[in-house]
Amino acid sequence: MIHATEVLGAETFDSAGNLVGRVKEMFIVPDEQPNRVGRLMLARGKYRPIVARYDQIGSVSPGEVRLSTDESALELYQPNEGWLAMQKDLLDQQIIDTNGRKVVRVNDVDLADQRTNGNTELRVTQVDVGLTGAVGRLLHGIVPPSAIRRVQEKLPQRTIRWDFVNIIEPDPLRRVKLRLTSERLAELHPADIADIMEELSPDERQSIVATLDEETAAEAIAELDERLQTQVVEKLDPERAADIIEEMNPDEAADLIQNLEPETSREVLEEMDTREAADVEALLNFSPDTAGGMMTTEIVVVGEDATRGEVIDHIRFHEIPPDELDDIVLINREAKLAGTVPVGRLLLAATDQRMAELAFEPLLSVSPHTKDKDVFEIFDKYNLRGLVVVNEENYPIGAITVDDVVSRMLAKL
Amino acid sequence: MNTWITLTDTLSTWMAQGKGLTRRTRPLRRRIAVFLAVVGPGLITSNVDNDAGGITTYTVAGAQFGYLLLWSLIPMTLALYVSEEMCARMGVVTGKGLSDLIREEFGFRSTFFVMLAALLVDLGNTVAEFAGVAAAMQIFGISKYLSVPLAALLVWMLVVRGSSRQVEKIFLVACAFYLSYVVSAFLAKPDWLLATKETVIPSLHVNSGYLLMLTALVGTTIAPWQFFYLQAGFVEKRVPARQYKHARLDVLVGSISCMVIVFFIIVCCAATLNAHGLTNISEAAQAAQALRPVAGRWAADLFAFGLLNASLFAASILPLSTAHVICEGLGFEAGLDHKLKEAPAFYSLYTGLIVVGAGIIMLPNAPLLKILVFSQVANGIWLPVVLIFILLLINRRDLMGQHTNTLTFNVIAWATGIVMIVLTLVLVYAALFQPGSAGLG
Repeated sequence: MIHATEVLGAETFDSAGNLVGRVKEMFIVPDEQPNRVGRLMLARGKYRPIVARYDQIGSVSPGEVRLSTDESALELYQPNEGWLAMQKDLLDQQIIDTNGRKVVRVNDVDLADQRTNGNTELRVTQVDVGLTGAVGRLLHGIVPPSAIRRVQEKLPQRTIRWDFVNIIEPDPLRRVKLRLTSERLAELHPADIADIMEELSPDERQSIVATLDEETAAEAIAELDERLQTQVVEKLDPERAADIIEEMNPDEAADLIQNLEPETSREVLEEMDTREAADVEALLNFSPDTAGGMMTTEIVVVGEDATRGEVIDHIRFHEIPPDELDDIVLINREAKLAGTVPVGRLLLAATDQRMAELAFEPLLSVSPHTKDKDVFEIFDKYNLRGLVVVNEENYPIGAITVDDVVSRMLAKL
Repeated sequence: MNTWITLTDTLSTWMAQGKGLTRRTRPLRRRIAVFLAVVGPGLITSNVDNDAGGITTYTVAGAQFGYLLLWSLIPMTLALYVSEEMCARMGVVTGKGLSDLIREEFGFRSTFFVMLAALLVDLGNTVAEFAGVAAAMQIFGISKYLSVPLAALLVWMLVVRGSSRQVEKIFLVACAFYLSYVVSAFLAKPDWLLATKETVIPSLHVNSGYLLMLTALVGTTIAPWQFFYLQAGFVEKRVPARQYKHARLDVLVGSISCMVIVFFIIVCCAATLNAHGLTNISEAAQAAQALRPVAGRWAADLFAFGLLNASLFAASILPLSTAHVICEGLGFEAGLDHKLKEAPAFYSLYTGLIVVGAGIIMLPNAPLLKILVFSQVANGIWLPVVLIFILLLINRRDLMGQHTNTLTFNVIAWATGIVMIVLTLVLVYAALFQPGSAGLG
């Protein structure tokens, strides 16, 4: 194993033993191999730098590189955006540790030196984000490498496997050239993605949103704090913003849209699917500190005469996602509110049991204009998980769930 | 402060009217919230600048030279604004702290030494703040063995137990307490006409005492650590580039309000100490005591209270800012939003600075004077380095895009930088070789 910082600056000799130059930069060429050091850039004082390819590197030790070819076989260096530079793109930069779910700064990069056909290939195994790398960087060039190694062995290691490293590249074109993907990042819980985004600079945040699919992006954005939500969405183009917002619950979408600049929110609403936009616009008419401002319009409504079996079939048929399943709202023949059935009761009921028998007592509902404080009190008094919102004619128009209450209370703290 | 509140209210009202009251009342409230959310770092940073060392210097300046140095406040306001504005702009545009940027652009080793220097310099400053607490409380008859540990505990609890938002509110209140100096100045019944004249018309005197005092004024007003704190403040507030003008206004209001307080401190001391021939004052606490017979009990108590407030305020921000900057640069978790367990390096640095800073003051024969001079010298050596880093970074097109300095701004900024560097080198020289003459002596 060898550290990247031990190779950077190393004197390089060709097969005849002549000094060629010093290693100024190392490049990973993702087009060839995603973890191999594909090129060494050698600086030669006032002459133009040249490049050694991976199959021209004979051996590598701290501070010294020996090539397996003659100097004349090396090409002149041409900058290439598709190469990942060790020094410029990795060392001292922030990366996302997708395993530890946080943003860290790279102190050093660990390379494995593998012998193949008389050459040495350097493969990136892990990045060092701990004390060992820091001490190495500090002492490098002052103390001989072997002495640094001895000190490092006594220190606790903090490293991240190369597979778990997610490189943050704000430039979308370069992302493509470097073949950077965010598969592992996208697998994290949206709340973790949001936490990571909060640690980054605005451009870097934007680059993360750009790499996520709409559904994940929607979930992650919904978890961001209000200020960041608006900032991130306002920087998207309205079409993409609309696609992402359509994936959100109407109440989350409404909260977000009303915080946007009036012009942006108009553009986004125009781009959105008509039905979803109508849902959101309906919610926008309520002030955020009322029941209407807290509620979601995505509720499951069934007739009070329906049986448990029919309701379950209904839920399966409409593929209602489990996280939207809170209370089932019952209506009578005039489509007015008749009661609510907590999912727990539904779970335990017999298949042919009628919904009306399972309804929660007493029958509770609020108007959309009810103040949030009164809503909190009702939740507390009856230990509710959900509460129906009805209009003047007693038609159910939405529901408040306990997570809306928690968010709203936190915002008020 | 009052003018500041009125100003922000008026501005947010204008903005709300300008962009139209859409849909419902929410946007108006939101715009005020947006503005207030941006405001803070600039105001807090500039005010915390008037810390124990600063107040001492201003006091001595007023006592020794009366109104004669007031004219320097206007160019100093400009210098303060120019240098702080660059950090605010970097914070807003890049979304990264100053130490982050130094790390990314200049590598690990430079960062390490920058951080080490920051740690030493800030430790010296922290000691000076606790010395200020001890001195102020002594005026109220409370021993330093009681006041310093209490202050250290208070400061530590405030930051570790409080949430970011609460802490910032308390800091804003601390900014308001600087008004006690304004009241003190009015109680001292100064010659306002003369004060105004001396502020507007520069009067240069060529004698070494006067020049050294001038240098000391500049040196204490622009402290290197404040750039890190200011930039981090704007990054943490997540001010978007679009709202940069609010951030700039915040910095401007902060710079001016800082200098207004300095004005009143100098005026207060000029009208009392200087007018009564009490020119041989070397520290703020001494000034507060001397004020008693000439300006009355209230003026003296308010003066001492101002010193206490300033020292406590700076004692809570300095260690916090230092711990933050160091952890950020070296890649440890930092920030008050982390729990103790998540950011051990951050909290131990923070605690360590307070414990050591207060501990040194508690030593029975602590060489306080030497420590104060040391912290002053360290600031002086340190400032040019930080300024040069800032000027190099702000002109990087790949970082700042279209927000690099304009030519005019660069000329002003480099000129400010060079003047600052020369002045502080003079101050360092004076403090090292002529202790007692550089204001803090």
